[in-house]
Amino acid sequence: MSEQITPEIFDHLVDLASLELRADQAEYLRKQLNNQLKAIRELEAIPGDANLPISLHGVSYAVAESPAPREDEWHPYPDAKEILSQAPQLEDDYIVVPDIPHTTLK
Amino acid sequence: MELCDLSAQELVRLLRQKKTSAVEILQSTLERIGQVDGRPGALDQKTNEQDKEKIHSFITLTDQHALQQAAAVDADLAAGKDPGPLAGVPFTVKDIFCVKGTPSTAASRILANFKSPYTATAVERMQKAGAVMVGKVNLDEFTYGSSTESSAFQPSTRNPWDTHTVPGGSSGGSAASVAAGEVPLSLGTDTAGSIRQPAAFCGVVGVKPTYGRVSRYGLIAFASSLDCPGPVARTVHDAAAMLQVIAGADVHDSTAATIPVPDYLDRLEAGVKGMRIGLSPDYSRIVFPDPKTGEFQEQALPGEIEASVRHAAEVLAAMGAEIVEDVPMPNTRYGIPVYFVISRVEAASNLHRYDGVKYGLRTDQPYTDLRQMYKLSRNQGFGLQPKLRILMGMYVSAAQYSEQYYQRALRVRTMIRRDFETVFDPAGKYRLDALLTPTTPTTAFEMDAVYGDSVLMQYADQLTVPANHAGIPGLSLPGGLDTKELPIGIQLLGADYSEQKLFQIGRAYEMVTENEDWRKVKPKALR
Repeated sequence: MSEQITPEIFDHLVDLASLELRADQAEYLRKQLNNQLKAIRELEAIPGDANLPISLHGVSYAVAESPAPREDEWHPYPDAKEILSQAPQLEDDYIVVPDIPHTTLK
Repeated sequence: MELCDLSAQELVRLLRQKKTSAVEILQSTLERIGQVDGRPGALDQKTNEQDKEKIHSFITLTDQHALQQAAAVDADLAAGKDPGPLAGVPFTVKDIFCVKGTPSTAASRILANFKSPYTATAVERMQKAGAVMVGKVNLDEFTYGSSTESSAFQPSTRNPWDTHTVPGGSSGGSAASVAAGEVPLSLGTDTAGSIRQPAAFCGVVGVKPTYGRVSRYGLIAFASSLDCPGPVARTVHDAAAMLQVIAGADVHDSTAATIPVPDYLDRLEAGVKGMRIGLSPDYSRIVFPDPKTGEFQEQALPGEIEASVRHAAEVLAAMGAEIVEDVPMPNTRYGIPVYFVISRVEAASNLHRYDGVKYGLRTDQPYTDLRQMYKLSRNQGFGLQPKLRILMGMYVSAAQYSEQYYQRALRVRTMIRRDFETVFDPAGKYRLDALLTPTTPTTAFEMDAVYGDSVLMQYADQLTVPANHAGIPGLSLPGGLDTKELPIGIQLLGADYSEQKLFQIGRAYEMVTENEDWRKVKPKALR
């Protein structure tokens, strides 16, 4: 069976996923992805029914069983410093990030 | 028998009769942890020969805080106040829940330094009910696995029945801590079977509630349409009492159902007379692809597992239940392929937030710009299993493949749901109160035997994952031991919000089998 995820497709996925992999990791992951796709192919054998609705959840969300939608409410957090202290790099309560690369669109 | 070996129900009774105190219960718990657990999981720690004989349930032990909580329960009791229905009962929390002020790691390097600024609703409700949290327990990284071996915090948890076998996963630390007598209750999560499968492997009771029955607020997300927090306990009563506490609507979670929570203990011992319990041939075999050829193989389940289910059916029939044979569940076999698609898409989406900017790990390697910082941080912070899920999720949800994979999987999910709707329909042909099945295709497997083969590992959940797709509740309970003296789990599945009925059936089975020989055998770690 030919591999669906070729090295080229895999490299593209890795880039989109913002990952950078060692060669041994890449080899393992690409092999596992292709093995998983073999398992997923079982779904192709199921007779298609375009009228069958999709299920995003198993349990349906009847209005009577779900919380009513509400407006977003703003509440001040009592200890903002506690949250900010989790940031890897801070300067005067601003979270610092390195330079943002820019690409000029053609 | 030590205090820590007693059920939550017995502990609460002794406490209210003033025959013990919450502090004494906690001391017994901490003593047991000291005897059997070994060193907690940590980053960059290698497993040595000594580690292989211990359980390693914990990532973080919160003993000092637990002591304060236990003392507060005792003070409330002394002052004549009601300290809650689970007063003084020690419990552990899978380290996928945020608990204010404690490390909340998801067993991942990328969150190893993260301390949550808030507490998950389920944990908060346990604490409000008087239960005493003794620590955060190990799991597969971000819950991605069925053996707990993928944790970045090693040594990973081992099975108290035989420490050379896995505890199951991803709630391996939860199930092992309960089985080893460290705590009577643990809070786990179940996305494809992550409570029920380790409960089966460790010989304890595990409940996956109906999706939305328990709030997901404060749960670090894996697959948001599948994740369900739920109890792990040693008895059905304790599991029911714990679900009673954690279930119910929550303003912080718009998917938490507003349906009132029934009294799960009220009819617990009402028996099964007149109930219709189904057996399905589709749950007595597994279908999986050969990794080399891709050809699908069908395999019958081990005879010992089949025999345990059959024995449970006979026991329930003797108590007045009607056993309905040959119930068709034709889409069971598609549960794993559908899961490979849906869970990966949702996981990839949920994992994009970890970028080294606002919290969690930022790489210590030099970088030139933001994009490189993202890449280095995510590469350093995520283990192989999260990376695998991100890549698969992105592939199958890509615009050109979405119809072929994601949309198709969502349609097959409907078919799986309809299997259950058909058999639980009160006006239908089968009119089942519950479906009785094995929980797992095997008993606990050896450490390192499956880890690394992501396809084979996933098929460990073949009999549990359909309930997650359908959103229905499932209860796994001990159903015997195999010839290696490893626990066998049996599973009860029911219609939406039928937890009360499942507890009732489970308790009936537990009562009738309480004197069977296998129930007298203890996990090796306690012999």
